[in-house]
Amino acid sequence: MASNEEILAGLAEIVNEETGLAPEAVELDKSFTDDLDIDSISMMTIVVNAEEKFGVRIPDEEVKNLKTVGDAVDFIAKAQA
Amino acid sequence: MARKVVITGLGATTPIGGDVPTTWQNALKGVSGARTLDDEWVARYELPVTFACRASNRPDEVLTRVEAKRMDPSTQFAVVAAREAWKDSGIEDIDHDRLAVAFATGIGGVWTLLDAWDTLRDRGPRRVLPMTVPMLMPNGPAAAVSMDLGARAGAHTPVSACASGTEAMSMGIELIRAGKADVVMTGGAEAAIHPMPLAAFNAMQALSKRNDDPEHASRPYDTARDGFVMGEGAGALVLEAEEHALARGARIYAELAGSGVTADAYHITAPDPEGLGATRALKAALFDARAQATDVVHVNAHATSTPVGDKPEYTALKAALGSHVDNVAVSATKSQTGHLLGASGAVESVLTVLAVYERKMPVTINLENQDPDIPLDVVTSARDLPGGDIVALNNSFGFGGHNAVVVFRNV
Repeated sequence: MASNEEILAGLAEIVNEETGLAPEAVELDKSFTDDLDIDSISMMTIVVNAEEKFGVRIPDEEVKNLKTVGDAVDFIAKAQA
Repeated sequence: MARKVVITGLGATTPIGGDVPTTWQNALKGVSGARTLDDEWVARYELPVTFACRASNRPDEVLTRVEAKRMDPSTQFAVVAAREAWKDSGIEDIDHDRLAVAFATGIGGVWTLLDAWDTLRDRGPRRVLPMTVPMLMPNGPAAAVSMDLGARAGAHTPVSACASGTEAMSMGIELIRAGKADVVMTGGAEAAIHPMPLAAFNAMQALSKRNDDPEHASRPYDTARDGFVMGEGAGALVLEAEEHALARGARIYAELAGSGVTADAYHITAPDPEGLGATRALKAALFDARAQATDVVHVNAHATSTPVGDKPEYTALKAALGSHVDNVAVSATKSQTGHLLGASGAVESVLTVLAVYERKMPVTINLENQDPDIPLDVVTSARDLPGGDIVALNNSFGFGGHNAVVVFRNV
């Protein structure tokens, strides 16, 4: 079980690995597409890496609902609970 | 009168140098890019061939981490070489709707394809990367180069095995002559030093098995030649309509005067023993370039160092050039670089262009006992080209019976 802070830090690491964005740019209120400029292919890579890192399953149909980094953190936290 | 096509930029990343200046200096000196492979998979699969010509610079050390992550190694090589050629051309302001790409590969993203297959089997479909398809597609290098340069007049990928790189240049000529582009980034890239292609090329008895002496394994025209040595890397050449180059005061290396592309329609892998398809390509290229056989002073031969391949090329040169073949100095640079498959025609064109521009020919190494059936004048030590008007050829032939010849003339 990871805390929300730990999930955010882990996501930031994954986003940095995939896109080169600085981890501190990955904040809860940031939109993956509008703020972080992450395309759908990168988003799927991030999702799969997050699944592995946090031991959760993020169904494909759920991905479109993860608009902000905060949405993803919440989803992962709930899935882990 | 057809538009004249000239070459204004060169790029290369090869087993004998990570850029054009290093590759060229080594090509004049004569060095071998072949080394024993230290990858763990050589022992794991007990590969019968344990060496190859690795590119001297890893492209993922030149590109940023994020760039490299989204590109197959073949595309990485293409982008590295194309960036060097683009910078070398000095082009700054250009109409990007008039800039095209013709960038070839023989095999495409074989590392990506096979890594994804391993991932699927070991870890299941969820772990197959979403970037797999764009990374494995053979048009990947052309597409990445087009995006990198903002080239919007079409991005093409001629695929004709080991003739691909030269065929890309032929396509570049056609695009400019037809008025579809003013500038074309042409080239070829290959990254197939992977255990599967090594096993497959070995299965067809195409590779040298000189495991105990890799540096002397690629030996075109030598009686002891026993196959080619796999190489990797990319070559890139900026083709430009002459009036476009003159208008911007560009440095012009040479004219790309013409090309000839034919098919043997004979056998899927063996060259026509009479070299008829290659002869027709040579004659067509000279005709296209409005050149006479007697204008030719230098040939960068395909000469892969296979027992069956080197001789028909000689037969074809003799048929196309007649008795003048004795006056032509031939370089077989695969002796140094190994065989870069779909990139070979591009890398060898870079060397041929520089030979015309610098009036110096790259050397052929490892020729100890020349095959008496191939009595060519082979350049084995540094030699100059004559002054005055000259023509040089680059030949490339590929499995499938593909023949491609390009003709360079001094400006």
